[in-house]
Amino acid sequence: MSANNYDAIVIGSGISGGWAAKELTEKGLKTIMLERGRNIEHIKDYVNATKAPWEFPHRGGRTQQMIKDYPVLKRDYPLNEMNLDYWVNEKESPYTEVKRFDWFRGYHVGGRSLMWGRQSYRWADLDFEANLKDGIGVDWPIRYKDLAPWYSYVEQFAGISGNRDGLSVLPDGDFMPPMEMNVVEKDVAARINNHYKGSRNMIIGRVANITVPHNNRTNCQYRNKCSLGCPFGGYFSTQSSTLPAAKATGNLTVRPWSIVTKILYDKDTKKATGVEVLDAENNQTYQYFAKVIFLNASTMNSAWVLMNSATDVWPDGLGSSSGELGHNLMDHHLGVGAGGTVDGFEDKYYYGRRANGIYIPRFRNLNGDRRDYIRGFGYQGGASREGWSRDIAEMNIGAGFKDALSEPGGWSMGVGGFGETLPYHENRVYLDKTKKDKWGLPILAVDATTKENERKMRIDMANDAQEMLENAGVKNIKQHNLEPVLGRGIHEMGTARMGRDPKTSVLNGWNQVWDAKNVFVTDGSSMASSACQNPSLTYMALTARAADYAVNELKKGNI
Amino acid sequence: MNRREAVGSVALLLGGSILGAEFFISGCKSTNNADNVADLFKPETVLFFNEIGETILPETKTPGAKAANVGEFMGVMVRDCYTPKDQKIFLDGLKKLDIAANKKFGSGFMDLKPADRTTLFNGLDNEQKEYTKTKKKDDPDHYFRMIKELTLLGYFTSEVGCTQALRYLPVPGKYDGDYAYKPGDKAWAL
Repeated sequence: MSANNYDAIVIGSGISGGWAAKELTEKGLKTIMLERGRNIEHIKDYVNATKAPWEFPHRGGRTQQMIKDYPVLKRDYPLNEMNLDYWVNEKESPYTEVKRFDWFRGYHVGGRSLMWGRQSYRWADLDFEANLKDGIGVDWPIRYKDLAPWYSYVEQFAGISGNRDGLSVLPDGDFMPPMEMNVVEKDVAARINNHYKGSRNMIIGRVANITVPHNNRTNCQYRNKCSLGCPFGGYFSTQSSTLPAAKATGNLTVRPWSIVTKILYDKDTKKATGVEVLDAENNQTYQYFAKVIFLNASTMNSAWVLMNSATDVWPDGLGSSSGELGHNLMDHHLGVGAGGTVDGFEDKYYYGRRANGIYIPRFRNLNGDRRDYIRGFGYQGGASREGWSRDIAEMNIGAGFKDALSEPGGWSMGVGGFGETLPYHENRVYLDKTKKDKWGLPILAVDATTKENERKMRIDMANDAQEMLENAGVKNIKQHNLEPVLGRGIHEMGTARMGRDPKTSVLNGWNQVWDAKNVFVTDGSSMASSACQNPSLTYMALTARAADYAVNELKKGNI
Repeated sequence: MNRREAVGSVALLLGGSILGAEFFISGCKSTNNADNVADLFKPETVLFFNEIGETILPETKTPGAKAANVGEFMGVMVRDCYTPKDQKIFLDGLKKLDIAANKKFGSGFMDLKPADRTTLFNGLDNEQKEYTKTKKKDDPDHYFRMIKELTLLGYFTSEVGCTQALRYLPVPGKYDGDYAYKPGDKAWAL
């Protein structure tokens, strides 16, 4: 085997790329993982993970220089002093916003697995069946039963803590012991469950933080500093989980600074032969060859790679024969919910910083409920006691003020919605050939927006939040409903959707590109609908399932 | 990336610049000479800020803002995190603060007795609270609100603030959602 020949190539090293590398190497394939950005080594490179608040010159805040350098990231919470190095350099890698789209990217080994929210939920059959029933988009080529064993498989390895709540809308998984609700959350949960007679439920979040030691990883230490990288390996990331497993096989090569510019396609065999790589450091071009390719560059960048590939056969790129490549971009719409204060419980507090909250699974458009929109939403949230930044109306300054702020304030409870966005053909990414990035490569243009279904849903998302909190005894409730901006959910999905028909989808039911059977796309781009659950666990399951299939097909000589 | 983490920190200071001419009163005894951002790091300005901070968060059973050196922190934040417009409001505000001291007590802030400083700041805080209540969304913040927020942020995130005024647990190791609390127990830092 020559230096540039492998059994498998994995493009991208985030949540799904890490899984692809682990599965393929464990099944004996010599694999190279190509990552466009720098390396980040587990623990050693988490340079801010154990710093105290006072060790940050701006205490975690954002400087005017940061705001200038990060015109996209500044739009929401990710821009902060503590993990700035985990976010893409926006000057080097611009994109065109036909309409506002907040694209928060991490270009480094581990990708956004280092900074992700870690909420991990299975989809249910109602999610996989929804497109067919509603006549929206294309029918998913798989159902829950196809993915259920793979959910179990990835949960057991990744380590998902959660309670088995027995809810059909949110299937239970193979969980580690759940984290605990605090006293106020328990009270609110009981009241909601009681008021809605079990038709609405508040449960503890199911989260990829391990609650018992697992695979040489220390259980979560309740620091709640996950997004800085965890020196304990307390949450699932490529670095803490899949990468060590893949490396242990001896079959993995990781190549950082490797921008895959195209997949090399042989029109005679109708298969990919490898990839072309632009070295981001020395600007040299290299080729790598393999029997099977997993494309896991993240939803929008995987579409970009495909659009740049096999253009001699299909002007719009590999996988474009259906006319759907780059289309049907989705995200979860959020920034809507309610919160208020909770009387009492002054003799209760909490110990530790739980890196998790509560979850209220979808309850709309279920069991006979019919709204003026389709699909639904879930909520995340939590209860806590106020800290020193609260207002104390009757005090201005001085000793009493200081001592009062040194004690916790009253309890408050809030929830924020995550709503399903439908797959609209016209919501899309495409190549903007008028502009180039730092490396002279064409950049992506994004043209996507929420529509009437999402806007109608948001009215319920705000009102239902208020109503449930009221029924749970929460006081002084305030609603919020910000302008829905796609991208803010950081759950991009759907630019190379799976389907049953090559005429209307980019991938088949095994995440294979219809037009190149040895190319598998198993990140968010493969999603045919968005549901309202956080999607990463589903990418993990799809990836493990596709890798298993790919290796079997390889053995059979089918690819 | 935890969306809940984004909530709860002190509001970032935004807004444009509107400034009355009232402070151009002649004969006012100024006790600070910070005319630009670089001046914020002069030892006398840092001391001025520390005295301001100490008036807002004085030493009690726990050290005050001066012990946390919030004076230096305020300069860093104004220099690095404020827009030029807010920097101007802040710098002009320091002069207004001295003018208010002169009006009320006949001398600049630094020359006031602690009790008079407290009286002065209670008045200024009432003023900023009134202003904040009625201000439009895009109006700038009141300078005294800026000073107060920087003091609180600087103090409660400092080593002194985290470990003495509050309880700091770098590695809690466990979670207890039903943890006993009695009045006087300190809040957790972070």
